[in-house]
Amino acid sequence: MSVTSGTTTSAVEISDVSVRFQSKRTEVTAIQQVSLDVAPGEFVSIVGPSGCGKSTLLKLVSGLLTPSSGSVSLLGEQVRGPRHDIGFVFQRAALLEWRSARRNILLQAEMRGMDSAEAGRRADELIEMTGLSGFESALPHELSGGMQQRVALCRALLHQPRVLLMDEPFGALDALTREQMNVELHRVWRETGTTVLLVTHSIAESVYLANRVVVLTRRPAVVQEVIEVGLPAERDYSTTMARPEFASAAAHIRDLLGAVTGHD
Amino acid sequence: MDTVRADRWRGVVERAWRPAALLAACLAIWHLVTVTGLVEAYLVPSPAKTFGLLADKWSYLSGHTWVTTYETVLGFVIAGVLGVLVAVAMVYSRTIESTAYPILLFAQVIPKIAIAPLFVVWLGFGFEPKVIVAVLMAFFPVVISTVTGLKSVDTEMLELAATMGGGPVKTFVKIRFPAALPHLFAGLKVAVTLAVTGAVVGEFVGSNEGLGYVILQANGNMDTPMLFAGLIVVSLVGVLLFLLLDLAEKLVLPWHASRRGAAVTTLLAKGGS
Ligand SMILES: Nc1ncnc2c1ncn2[C@@H]1O[C@H](COP(=O)(O)OP(=O)(O)O)[C@@H](O)[C@H]1O
Ligand SMILES: [Mg+2]
Repeated sequence: MSVTSGTTTSAVEISDVSVRFQSKRTEVTAIQQVSLDVAPGEFVSIVGPSGCGKSTLLKLVSGLLTPSSGSVSLLGEQVRGPRHDIGFVFQRAALLEWRSARRNILLQAEMRGMDSAEAGRRADELIEMTGLSGFESALPHELSGGMQQRVALCRALLHQPRVLLMDEPFGALDALTREQMNVELHRVWRETGTTVLLVTHSIAESVYLANRVVVLTRRPAVVQEVIEVGLPAERDYSTTMARPEFASAAAHIRDLLGAVTGHD
Repeated sequence: MDTVRADRWRGVVERAWRPAALLAACLAIWHLVTVTGLVEAYLVPSPAKTFGLLADKWSYLSGHTWVTTYETVLGFVIAGVLGVLVAVAMVYSRTIESTAYPILLFAQVIPKIAIAPLFVVWLGFGFEPKVIVAVLMAFFPVVISTVTGLKSVDTEMLELAATMGGGPVKTFVKIRFPAALPHLFAGLKVAVTLAVTGAVVGEFVGSNEGLGYVILQANGNMDTPMLFAGLIVVSLVGVLLFLLLDLAEKLVLPWHASRRGAAVTTLLAKGGS
């Protein structure tokens, strides 16, 4: 954040990072010399064949995992252990089944020791924003998959993190719910200005939501290409889908992924 | 409101009639076997005689029942607290887990009836050796169930907790321990029934009070009605304590109770293994 340099600090800066997993007999290289810069407020999608190291990449950014070599910085500060200034959403909602939707969201506040009145107000705002109104006191098993994932999203946003990490958050949802969630996530992103790193298997999702799409190769993951999505900021779902920029970006990504998996 | 109450009663009746019918059938067979003289009365007393004696000698039996209940509950509570503490230590420390496991297993497989006399030698005829045997019986299922429960938490949930920065204490209090409670309760229910057995075994070995003493005395006097009465009361103590825990579970874990079937299934699943 140095003033003299004249450039703004990246929200996320991954430089030359490799990750090797040591197991009893073998050593697996999950990620090989990956570099990526994400600007503040940017939305970046990450796609790649399954098992290539996408989840590993997000864990590196959150500090849940340390790289074997290279370095990761978050908001201008090197990542050395679990970071608290991020929000994380997994494929499974990972809700506490004994807590209501609202109290699951407030877990974030309790763990952080946030002011409870302030957190309550913020939770209500998010509940309103994500269409959870009326379900505040429902237990997780009484909620649909989409609703559960909304709760997980609210929990991840409660403390107003500047970086939101999402690991296939809508992977378990049906196609229609997924589209709705995409539209909502897009709106939430525009309203909050949070930097988002989204891992997804859906090419449409990756293009519709992102400023840039990072395509990874098979394991060990290397950045194959970064695609700039030339879509306007205001994205209505159906008109966006019909735009030529959307079609060409999606086709290009499909080609890249096909080329990667084609070796099997 | 009235229909809700009526529905609840119908539910109770629906659940209770099968076990009640089975119990009635058992009593009927017992009755028939004795009145027809199929089995000699001095071997198996009739139900009427047994329950008559139970009522007549209630003041005598109730004192002994109280003693056994006291030993059982004390042993159960000690086993519960110790079991949870040991389980927590084992889950949080690999070293403690690998050190404690063999000892735990050894303490579990050693026949309690065989070491009970030793406690009597050491501690005399008071309630202490009975409580210790009860603790030994009840301890293991509590440890195993709590360890299982504490380990049942999603890794994703724990990773999330790490990004929330609450530290290990808050993570334990708000996430791990509540998540372990259903397992813990299953273990406690098994433990309480074993604690009854432990107390009675302790009384068998050396005692001048308690239901174990009553049963042993009745046995020595060939007083089968009293022996049967003692057995019935001991079983009722176990059932009652079990039901109390079941109720506690429903109160503490309403979210869990709403998601599963009858309480007895967990007992059978745990006890049978
Ligand atoms: N803790 C671990 N130990 C060993 N291997 C791991 C571990 N975590 C991930 N891997 C391996 O690293 C590779 C990348 O995993 P992951 O990042 O989960 O892939 P993705 O999310 O892209 O499907 C996989 O081959 C996986 O088996
Ligand atoms: Mg993954």
